[in-house]
Amino acid sequence: MTDSTTVNQNRGTAGFAISEASVGDYIALMKPRVMSLVVFTALVGLMVTPGHLHPVLGFAALLCIAIGAGAAGALNMWYDADVDAVMSRTSRRPIPAGRILPGEALAFGVTLAIGSIAVLGLVANGLAASLLAFTIFFYVVVYTMGLKRATPHNIVIGGAAGAFPPIIGWAAATGAIGLEPVLLFLIIFFWTPPHFWALSLWRAPEYARAGIPMLPVVAGQAETRRQILLYSIVLAPVGVSPWLLGYSGALYGATAIVAGAAMIALSLQIAALGDNDEGIRAAKRLFGVSILYLFVLFAVLLIDDWLGAPGRVLL
Amino acid sequence: MDDNGRETGVVLTEEQKRRRRMRSIAIALALGALVLLFYVVTIVKLGPGVLSR
Repeated sequence: MTDSTTVNQNRGTAGFAISEASVGDYIALMKPRVMSLVVFTALVGLMVTPGHLHPVLGFAALLCIAIGAGAAGALNMWYDADVDAVMSRTSRRPIPAGRILPGEALAFGVTLAIGSIAVLGLVANGLAASLLAFTIFFYVVVYTMGLKRATPHNIVIGGAAGAFPPIIGWAAATGAIGLEPVLLFLIIFFWTPPHFWALSLWRAPEYARAGIPMLPVVAGQAETRRQILLYSIVLAPVGVSPWLLGYSGALYGATAIVAGAAMIALSLQIAALGDNDEGIRAAKRLFGVSILYLFVLFAVLLIDDWLGAPGRVLL
Repeated sequence: MDDNGRETGVVLTEEQKRRRRMRSIAIALALGALVLLFYVVTIVKLGPGVLSR
């Protein structure tokens, strides 16, 4: 007997549902993989600041940002349960699988959102808390409820939500917003379209079935490949910009140039290949490399900062 | 309980009881961690002279 049938049977005979959710289901509701990226980029935003934040307060601020991201993930799954149910990638999530009721997810998400924003305001400052609140609002209301089902540019604009964590981390440490975290924001912002559109190239039939107007569904595979290339061409120089503007050292600059060139080369390859097995394999390769791209860039930025590179080892 | 000592109403299965116990333990651990976090953050923000304020 599956969990979902047990819940449904309980609901049928007793008139109400008995939760069979495990602790792991609630963790899954917070999208831990997305959360890990949020924590990592926020950590970099927090660490590369010129000032100093006590490690305990830094840890508490990162925890709040992580929980805030988890809240946004839970609220996203609450609202998207209907489309999640018809896509194989998401059909085993706790709500469509029947292990967590939508109302439970909503209460969980709202509680985490309010708690994380309030605590961030107390341990860090009002600006960081306001930015976290805006990010959750942007992801849940603007992206999930608005853009996702309305426009093929959903992930372009919605990508801003995923790009905010470095700014929140910076704001938590300094109480202000500088140009450097804005550059980190722009890197993630321009990274998001090629990353998700690469995924959507081979998931297009599922998105179509779920009624999500992803670019390949609305504009076709060829236009999506062209857009991936265009965004990669914009992403590469944006990725190098922290070095060009003197915020990082030669190690970061060289890494960003190589990584950006790799993204453009893979995007060119995808643009040249058609809608065939080889093209799908190239899209999957770009998807994997794009994850590596963001991780390597931010990791090297952190290493560069630890080496005391800014302004001193510029080529 | 009815006259024969059987449980009436909604009877949880062993699996439901196990999962409820695990959720309760997780909530207890989370609350304990929050108490510890708030305590340490208070000391860090206000310093060792917190009690004399």
